[in-house]
Amino acid sequence: MRTTLSWRGDMLVAALAFAALAVPAFALGMQSVLDFAVRFAIFGLLAMSLNLLIGTTGLVSFGHAAFFGSGAYAFGLLMQSGGWSVPMAILAAMAFTALLALVIGALCVRLSEIYFAFLTLAFQMLIHSIVISWVSLTGGDQGLMGGVPKPPFLGIDLGDGRHLAMFSAFCLLASVVALRQIVRSPFGAALRMLRDNPERAAFLGMSIFRYRLAAFVIAGTFAGLAGVLMSLYVSGAFPTFLYWTTSGEAIFMIMLGGITVFLGPLVGTAIFLVLNDRITNITEHHGLVMGSILLVLVLGLRKGLLDYIVDAWRERREKRA
Amino acid sequence: MDLGELASCLGSASCLVTQVSAGLTIGLLLFLVASGLTLIFGVLGLVNFAHGTLYMLGSYFALTAYGATGSFLVAMAAGALGVAVVGLLMERFLLSRIYGTDVLMQLLVCYAIILIVDDVVKIVWGGDFLKMDLPDAFRRPPIIIAGGIIPYYYVILFAITAVIAVVLAYGMGRTRFGRTVRAAAVNPGMVGALGINTAAIFAAVFGIGAMLAGLAGALSAPIRSVVPGAGVSILIESFIVTVIGGMGSIWGALIASLLIGFTRSFGSIGFPLFTEGMMFLMMALVLLLKPSGLAGKRQA
Repeated sequence: MRTTLSWRGDMLVAALAFAALAVPAFALGMQSVLDFAVRFAIFGLLAMSLNLLIGTTGLVSFGHAAFFGSGAYAFGLLMQSGGWSVPMAILAAMAFTALLALVIGALCVRLSEIYFAFLTLAFQMLIHSIVISWVSLTGGDQGLMGGVPKPPFLGIDLGDGRHLAMFSAFCLLASVVALRQIVRSPFGAALRMLRDNPERAAFLGMSIFRYRLAAFVIAGTFAGLAGVLMSLYVSGAFPTFLYWTTSGEAIFMIMLGGITVFLGPLVGTAIFLVLNDRITNITEHHGLVMGSILLVLVLGLRKGLLDYIVDAWRERREKRA
Repeated sequence: MDLGELASCLGSASCLVTQVSAGLTIGLLLFLVASGLTLIFGVLGLVNFAHGTLYMLGSYFALTAYGATGSFLVAMAAGALGVAVVGLLMERFLLSRIYGTDVLMQLLVCYAIILIVDDVVKIVWGGDFLKMDLPDAFRRPPIIIAGGIIPYYYVILFAITAVIAVVLAYGMGRTRFGRTVRAAAVNPGMVGALGINTAAIFAAVFGIGAMLAGLAGALSAPIRSVVPGAGVSILIESFIVTVIGGMGSIWGALIASLLIGFTRSFGSIGFPLFTEGMMFLMMALVLLLKPSGLAGKRQA
């Protein structure tokens, strides 16, 4: 659905959302609320970045967590090495994931849909096994231990839960504004055309490879930022961040929300996190329950929840008209 | 990295025999899984991300059947046929609903299946590493050729997998069923118009693919540890095989499986930390130089 908001409008909405979230959270300072806010920001950003590939570009990546985990490890290692300020380390970690996405993307985006999904999964598992076996650098199975130092910058102390929640919310909203601008730009329109009709795009003289690669790198970079936040949140980095299940969860979140609505992945993330917490509280057979929910959703609706609601709403409106 | 050791191994007959036999065994086991994956893709146009999970189920079924009866044959049959039944149920009730939809749907359904099966396995068999015992008949001293050691069970494995590879290649290439399957892969509408039940063909192909994965899992139960979630690594390897060999090609899968098997066995001497990287490097090279795979015709 197109609205007439300009980027100023986006910024205004984001600023309002930030104020609406941040002020009560800051005032309350309840640990559970803050934790949820940070996790929502982390996984919301991961899901939003993945949907730039799946929803906008039509590239179904099953290895998106490779960039999430790489961002977390890169940031954690830089901070542990000392001599890096938090903002510089964040930028460096994002640059590292961008570079990684460039290399993996250059190999993958040329391929057909099925090969693409499988190859992204395969490269993710390669990175996972490198992290597991390079014990001296990454700590192997145990993960990056010893904590991630967070020296304060600009009056922000990320060791404080409230500051971290604010900072994560800020990163999420800034990224969402940036992603929205990308999706609505001529570049975003080109990506949608590649998704719907690649032959036409090629016929118009567009380089499918370059556009797809650019989308892959952008999505990887934002996933890297999500990883940085994760590393700040848990004060470390663990191999599960890079495991294929994390990629699966990100796709699950997108599916819960919807791929055609811009903010769908955020709705999906919220549903996923609440569901996840509830189910973990009730039963230890977490995979069984989540898998069954996913099966019902996919085979029953064949699209995300928001997609379904939006489509049903549109149909009703058309019937009336 | 110890390329000197690799060179000296290549120069010694005993080391060569040991590593070649290990490579053949790893490669042929991998072939059983990868050929099913490539067959299902070629005919159904479906990427079965849950194929590694079927392999894992095969191990568990064999383990339980062997524990109950003590018979190796029953264990293998339980692995192969049990997983074939699971595969058929999966195909009929879940996957057949999403033929012709996009990759995202296939991926999500398979992801859901993996989540559910991994959890069910954990409930039934627990989360610990398990291993199947070898029957007494196979506990013989290793065979020694030119000073090289070949475990007795490897010979059994080699014989079984080689027979299956031949049967599979013959069945797909020379029999009426094989021709029908290949025709259904190219043009299912036409095959259906000739009065052949394509839904049954699709189910049969999926069942055969599942059975091969289950048998591979059963055969490997005595030599590899069985643990929930164990299917992922063999899934990735099978996919590498499929890319190198070419999607949909049985012969390509055989060649590529052996290539991966030898990379693993010789790599463990020459470059133990880089064997996985080497497999990916080979895959990347094939993708760059011949994206359709060594024996594939289909464009990647």
